[in-house]
Amino acid sequence: MATAVEVRDLKAWFGKTEALHGINMAVEQAHATAVIGPSGCGKSTFIRCLNRMHETNPDARAEGEVKVGNADIYDMPAVDVRRKVGMVFQKPNPFPSMSIYDNVAAGLKLNGTRNHKTLDDVVERSLQQSALWDEVKDVLKKKSGASLSGGQQQRLCIARALAVNPEVLLMDEPCSALDPISTAKIEDLIFELKQRLTIVIVTHNMQQASRVAEFTGFFLMGNLVEFDRTEKIFTNPSDKRTEDYITGRFG
Amino acid sequence: MSSGFLQFRRRLVDYAATFTAAFLSAIVVGTLVAIFAYLLIKGAGSVNWAFLTHTPKPVGEIGGGMANAIVGSALILGMASLIGIPFGIGAGIYLAEYGRNRLGAFVRFTADVLNGVPSIVIGLVAYGLVVFTQGHFSAFAGGVALAIMMVPVVARTTEEMLLLVPQAVREAAFGLGIPQWRTTISITLASARAGILTGIMLAFARVAGETAPLMFTALGNQFWSFSPNQPIAAVPLQIYTYALSPYDDWHRQAWAAALVLVALIVGTISLVRFVFARSTLREAR
Repeated sequence: MATAVEVRDLKAWFGKTEALHGINMAVEQAHATAVIGPSGCGKSTFIRCLNRMHETNPDARAEGEVKVGNADIYDMPAVDVRRKVGMVFQKPNPFPSMSIYDNVAAGLKLNGTRNHKTLDDVVERSLQQSALWDEVKDVLKKKSGASLSGGQQQRLCIARALAVNPEVLLMDEPCSALDPISTAKIEDLIFELKQRLTIVIVTHNMQQASRVAEFTGFFLMGNLVEFDRTEKIFTNPSDKRTEDYITGRFG
Repeated sequence: MSSGFLQFRRRLVDYAATFTAAFLSAIVVGTLVAIFAYLLIKGAGSVNWAFLTHTPKPVGEIGGGMANAIVGSALILGMASLIGIPFGIGAGIYLAEYGRNRLGAFVRFTADVLNGVPSIVIGLVAYGLVVFTQGHFSAFAGGVALAIMMVPVVARTTEEMLLLVPQAVREAAFGLGIPQWRTTISITLASARAGILTGIMLAFARVAGETAPLMFTALGNQFWSFSPNQPIAAVPLQIYTYALSPYDDWHRQAWAAALVLVALIVGTISLVRFVFARSTLREAR
């Protein structure tokens, strides 16, 4: 077992409000780690700190150490971090002006890759990995990404993130805007992807956490209350607050 | 109140509102149709081959045309667009993507004020900037005057259209490690291009008919000129001169010129839209 992401004493602010109060976590490589907790507990802020998306907000800042592999991501350019640590957002957000093909190729094309053969290969491989290839292979360059259904759009966004070949994939409630069938497809996908890729997924759905993730962290009011193997969290949590949350007593 | 009465009242209000909306739309469309119709009636008879291919005849001689003015307008508008559109889009990008600060607020306010400055004042400014410093009237000076008028319109529409692009789209690009300048050019601007194009067309149509700013800049010319450094004829200037003249033939030509001007504006906008629509991806909703 190896650590893919090592978080040490991570603090984050929005203006003067401290949203994360010193988080420590070691994310296991090639596994899925779920982040759960009530609304406003800082779980989205936490994963947005893992690829420095947090600081795209004008008055937000973060402090602490986040190591991906051996590199501290706060010591390298943010754009390089985001190529290593991909992200899938809550609402599917394909580029509306681009075809399906261009959506997937965007990360490479706009960072300078021009070779058509390479792009074709990457687009096909990424769409295969996100289980969308068979549904769109005939309309790749004809249809806009925005013309797909919500579930397809989200798988397109996953393909787009995979195309730049990240080491870690962050998913911020990727199924919250989707119907149960699309949700099941994305969950299957997470199972496939975590064979090779480290996944951190924020979810409001505790069943989802227990289905897809080996490890789970429970956040409350900007603190990581408990972090353990998923079955331990859901069957025998050490902290009273975790137990109250997973049994539905609050949140 | 009985439910029957309530239902009746709701239907009545619905009809009244729909009728009002339709009536007001009809007035708007009707005005446009009336202008076109009037121009056609008054001007169509005087538009002929000579009008489109010849230069004006000396006073007292019947006939001649406005070919030099049509070409002159095209040249002036071309220069105005080449200068005004890039500045306008650049300012719009700044306002939308970086301008959430005091400098941005100042630029926004300036653009709005500039938009409200009477066009004749803009003409005077261009006179001071170009004509006075160069020592002669020129097509280029006219282009500068119209460019100044285009900038605020293009800038503000570009800003508004960029702000309509959801933040999630920008986030998606940042999440892929695409730098901000690339995101703005290839993704945000591309997503907003239909709206920005509309803004550009609006600015173009507005300045295409301007007369006042050209009076002390392009000046007008009875003869052919293709040089940006010489005084040049323009359709609106020609309409102004001809409409105020005491000659019936010139009055007829002024109507014809008005019709041709409107037709050229509509034609340009339609062409740009057509070319653009063909290059846009079908969304097949």
